[in-house]
Amino acid sequence: MSEYQKYYVPDQSKWPIIATFGLGTTLFGAATIMVDGGQGASTSSGWMIFTVGLLLMAYMIFGWFGSVVRESRAGLHSPQMDRSFRWGMSWFIFSEIMFFAAFFGALFYARVFAVPWLGGEGDRGSSNMLWEGFQATWPLINTPDPSLYPAPKGVIGPWGLPLINTILLVSSSFTITVAHHALKADKRKKLKLWLGATIILALVFVGLQAEEYMHAYQELNLTLQSGIYGSTFFMLTGFHGAHVILGTIMLTVMLIRISKGHFSADNHFGFEAAAWYWHFVDVVWLMLFVFVYVI
Amino acid sequence: MRVRAKRALALCGLALFPVMSMADWTMNMSPGVTQTSNDIYGLHMTILWICVVIGVVVFGVMFWSIFAHRKSRGHKPANFHENTTVEVLWTIIPLVILVAMAIPATVTLIDMYDTTEADVDIKITGYQWKWKYDYLDDEFGYFSSLSTPRDQINNRQTKGENYLLEVDNPLVVPVGQKVRLLMTANDVIHSWWVPEFGLKKDAIPGFINEAWIRVDTPGTYRGQCTELCGKDHGFMPIVVEAVPQAEYQTWIGEQRAAAEKEKELTQKEWTMAELMERGEKSYQSTCAACHQADGSGLPPSFPALRGSAIAVGDIAGHIDIVVNGKRGTAMQAFGEQLNEADIAAIITYERNAWGNNVGDMVTPKEIFDYKIQQQQ
Amino acid sequence: MSTVADAHTSEHSLEQNHDHHGPAKGWTRWLFTTNHKDIGTMYLIFSFTMFLLGGTMAMVIRAELFQPGLQIVQPEFFNQLTTMHGLIMVFGAVMPAFVGLANWMLPLMIGAPDMALPRMNNWSFWLLPCSFLILVSTLFMDGGGPNFGWTFYAPLSTTYGPPSTTYFIFALHIAGASSIMGAMNVIATILNMRAPGMTLMKMPLFVWTWLITAFLLLAVMPVLAGVLTMMLMDINFGTSFFDASGGGDPVLFQHIFWFFGHPEVYIMILPAFGAISHIVPAFSRKPLFGHASMVYATCAIALLSFLVWAHHMFTVGIPVAGQLFFMYATLLIAVPTGVKVFNWVATMFRGSMTFEAPMLFAIAFIILFTVGGFSGLMLAIAPADFQYHDTYFVVAHFHYVLVPGAIFGIFASAYFWLPKWTGYMYDETLAKTHFWLSFVGMNLAFFPMHFLGLAGMPRRIPDYALQFADFNMVSSIGAFLFGATQLLFLFIVVKCARGGGEPAAANPWDGAEGLEWTVPSPAPYHTFSTPPEVR
Ligand code: HEA
Ligand code: HEA
Ligand code: HEC
Ligand code: CUA
Ligand SMILES: [Cu+2]
Repeated sequence: MSEYQKYYVPDQSKWPIIATFGLGTTLFGAATIMVDGGQGASTSSGWMIFTVGLLLMAYMIFGWFGSVVRESRAGLHSPQMDRSFRWGMSWFIFSEIMFFAAFFGALFYARVFAVPWLGGEGDRGSSNMLWEGFQATWPLINTPDPSLYPAPKGVIGPWGLPLINTILLVSSSFTITVAHHALKADKRKKLKLWLGATIILALVFVGLQAEEYMHAYQELNLTLQSGIYGSTFFMLTGFHGAHVILGTIMLTVMLIRISKGHFSADNHFGFEAAAWYWHFVDVVWLMLFVFVYVI
Repeated sequence: MRVRAKRALALCGLALFPVMSMADWTMNMSPGVTQTSNDIYGLHMTILWICVVIGVVVFGVMFWSIFAHRKSRGHKPANFHENTTVEVLWTIIPLVILVAMAIPATVTLIDMYDTTEADVDIKITGYQWKWKYDYLDDEFGYFSSLSTPRDQINNRQTKGENYLLEVDNPLVVPVGQKVRLLMTANDVIHSWWVPEFGLKKDAIPGFINEAWIRVDTPGTYRGQCTELCGKDHGFMPIVVEAVPQAEYQTWIGEQRAAAEKEKELTQKEWTMAELMERGEKSYQSTCAACHQADGSGLPPSFPALRGSAIAVGDIAGHIDIVVNGKRGTAMQAFGEQLNEADIAAIITYERNAWGNNVGDMVTPKEIFDYKIQQQQ
Repeated sequence: MSTVADAHTSEHSLEQNHDHHGPAKGWTRWLFTTNHKDIGTMYLIFSFTMFLLGGTMAMVIRAELFQPGLQIVQPEFFNQLTTMHGLIMVFGAVMPAFVGLANWMLPLMIGAPDMALPRMNNWSFWLLPCSFLILVSTLFMDGGGPNFGWTFYAPLSTTYGPPSTTYFIFALHIAGASSIMGAMNVIATILNMRAPGMTLMKMPLFVWTWLITAFLLLAVMPVLAGVLTMMLMDINFGTSFFDASGGGDPVLFQHIFWFFGHPEVYIMILPAFGAISHIVPAFSRKPLFGHASMVYATCAIALLSFLVWAHHMFTVGIPVAGQLFFMYATLLIAVPTGVKVFNWVATMFRGSMTFEAPMLFAIAFIILFTVGGFSGLMLAIAPADFQYHDTYFVVAHFHYVLVPGAIFGIFASAYFWLPKWTGYMYDETLAKTHFWLSFVGMNLAFFPMHFLGLAGMPRRIPDYALQFADFNMVSSIGAFLFGATQLLFLFIVVKCARGGGEPAAANPWDGAEGLEWTVPSPAPYHTFSTPPEVR
């Protein structure tokens, strides 16, 4: 066990309770919007609740992170405190991996079990009795009941946009590492340059992904509603996209902090956390590329 | 000493007396009437006894310590901890017991999964809240739903012997033959269980699960749906009659003839009174579970039909919701479940009962035409 | 104002440094607090409130099942009660109680000044009342609250669920976020804040079991979030994860749910194992037999728990090879669990035992949890499970591992540590009465459920056939006795907290060991500002 340092225990803070109200209100509002929408209402009081919640959340995030940053700059964070942050962030990323695992699990299950069974293969193949004429294929270009879940006209091949996107994300993982080394060597200019490059790569990725979605919805009729293929496709890529956006925001905040002169060669956990997150997003994409697009 | 023992015995006997005098204090699984259920019973008893023996040994040591090594008796604590031999032993021994247990279980399980070479195929479909039995080899089928009167459930009438375990049309199977059951469901997951057959299998919408039974003794066997399936999950029993082969054949013949007869009902000319009478009966057995006997429903989950805009409105809309149901709600497509005569009768009844005095009527022919038209 | 462990910090200009001050004044103390003891207390109070709420629902269930026929509630509402009872007990009572104990005890046991991430700690707590406010409010919405069981199987909960299901989903999302953050905090605390000299293998068992529990939480709560999200999409955005018409499968839901659900049941028992491993040695006045093997057993249980989920699904028609795999894996769990039981018994053997309330609850825990474990083993035999599944035999099994398991474990811990928390001894006579009434009531309530299940009574039904009448009546009477007894517990704790007993010494128990007993009772608001040295 290493030597024990002074540990900063922040006193009374109003942020957690504001965060609670924020999150509760946001989600309550979201639920209200969905329930009203499901019942065919054209307007919903949920929007107002939702917006208030979001504003609270935004206020909270600025406030909370603001005070953590101030504490850090005031030198209150001992190396031990730093390790707490590191453990916290690592396990948070672990939990995110498990979240994606659930969706990958759904994808494997559908491909390997459910769809073949419905098509008459395997242990529960007699299920095909209920879906006359349905044949198992993957990607699923027909569904057991097309009147409810119209099948897509086609799917997105891996070697076009997805390949470009893969290259973009892999390079961004590379650029962020270069930036990190620059930070450690205290080369601020180089740091800003490479971090900026990472952000640009990220933005292009998001743009191309949006392009791909538009193509899927408008030309291929590949939607959330087009059966299990569409469901897994959009949920996996969609959640990944959301994480990319979140990661990009983190990186942007880092860039702003760096231009304000924050971080030093040996104290820059905020930056590292964002970088870790970015690598995680990248790895998830590689999995996606292989399992969703290629095979 | 001996007197004491006798007295203790007598006391035990007295304590046990009420238990023995009431037949209903059933405490154990029944061995059942199929080979499978007997195998399961065997497994159950074996593992039960294994657990009892382990329990006696472990708790024996514990109670001995509690008794002998208490501070109030002045016992001084020892200070030992850790002992590799003991620790290895109490890892290995349970492991061996478990392996011994797993072997017969594996054999039984594999046998249960073997649905090949069946003599009779029956498809079982779970609905909210009734069962449908389709005899695939003979091309007929029927619904089976709870026949216990609502008054018994609501304590307005004394409860019968087979309270909640009785149905209008039981499933009939031949004795001594391997019957393959194909289970599925129409809406949510149900589960078909008859304890005496040792068979419980989930009925899953969109998929078919296979299972089989071979009943050795004729008789009536009762079970229940065992997967939570909504409001009346507790009210969808299963009754199976196992009959000798000859009797089974006669029964099949009757059913096929009756199925033929049903078709003629559509062609018959119906009067309003006939429709209302048939309609009331069918309504009570099919629709009342949700919309209630007096049409008041259970809003907001189940709308009232008394004064409902649909039930007193345009007749086409009324036919549509009954025949096609409404997807995503408990309101099923009854077009597939009921014959034209029943649908016509029910609609007529709904439009004219409980003060819904619309005055019009629908004939089975009209329903027939409506269905034909829909198929195009 | 901040508290810095080192009294000589001076360089920071932001806030002033008042060392070792007490709690803030007024109600904002509780809203804004970052103190692990305050947060622990709030968790425990919240948990007990939820226990009363969930228990009250159980009382209504038992009252309805007192006799055949429908008397008090309609089936529609009965299903909501069952569902809410399960959800509230699992997510509202047991899990928060253990987090509360962790908050109070982990820093004391490892010699840390507080939890590693104190502000997030506060957030984890306050998310819970928020979550349960939403959850309980669904009962008052159009169409009622969740009525599909605490396992919320699709498609009953998706296509056929009430409109309030969307609120239910978000409520559980919030509870999940709370658990994940709580677990991150626990893990960071244990891995990073131990006093110098406390190596991993020297760590007390409650700390160890919580470390493993936190790992389980981090691994499976996100999976729950995932399955909830799929439900949300199926309900509101037209996906078909659980609908065969689009190529999905309702059974997929069950696989993902139980991948979360089975580790979840160990989340509800491992911390209790840890606490019992402190209490038994303390009152046997003899060191725990096999500290290391306890640690390995805990790890083994946690790892195995990821491989057994489908034992809840033996009847859904998984292929026979899968069936066998899950049967074998499930049986294996008995081995490490057995090691634990044997260790406790060996600890008592040749000790010098006394039987204060914590010890009574601990002994009952060992016996009755084992009984529940045995019925679990019977359930694990796949062919036999065809008869047991979804009957009251299962209800008996899990109440035996949860009530005399998790709940008795919590009671034992509460009595064990109350002197440390409040500075006073609880009323021993009342506590023993609480134990004996609970013991009798609980067995009367849940033992007959084995018979009911074996005789063929399905679970989740509001009404039953006549042959089940007698045992149901016995069970209801037991449940009322057990329920009423818990008010006594409330009384004992309130009395103790208000100073109604003897002042407690720093270590009120003869045989108790550990850092937590080196600080005065009640534990000061801030402890271990300078870390203790562990040999
Ligand atoms: C704290 C919670 C908890 C714990 C610890 C356990 C522990 C175990 N459970 Fe249980 N279980 C639940 C909570 C829990 N369970 C719940 C809530 C459900 C129902 C969910 C629902 O459907 O709503 C359930 C359901 C459930 C099922 C599904 C039943 C069904 O729906 O058909 C099964 C099947 O295998 C099972 C098995 C086991 C086993 C093998 C253990 C083992 O871990 C037990 C191990 C312990 C022992 C065996 C005793 C001590 C050991 C010895 C003394 C050693 C020697 C012994 C031998 C070698 C025999 N459980
Ligand atoms: C940790 C978890 C936990 C705990 C502690 C309990 C505690 C109790 N549970 Fe249950 N239970 C579950 C978890 C738990 N349960 C789960 C997961 C299910 C499955 C749900 C599902 O099927 O989806 C279930 C299901 C379940 C059923 C089956 C319902 C059904 O299938 O329809 C029953 C039936 O008797 C039951 C009873 C009880 C009783 C009597 C208690 C008692 O121990 C409760 C005692 C506590 C109190 C009573 C509160 C304190 C006292 C007061 C508030 C004063 C008022 C008192 C009186 C009026 C007497 N529970
Ligand atoms: C399993 C429960 C259930 C059964 C059985 C059932 N219904 Fe319904 N019914 C519903 C539900 C739920 C609705 C509401 C659908 C909606 O959301 O629009 C409904 C709606 C209706 C309506 C429209 C009422 C209105 O005002 O919206 C009619 C008419 C109707 N049912 C007739 C019948 C008939 C006839 C039968 C029997 C043959 C029947 N129902 C059996 C559940 C049921
Ligand atoms: Cu059908 Cu329960
Ligand atoms: Cu389990």
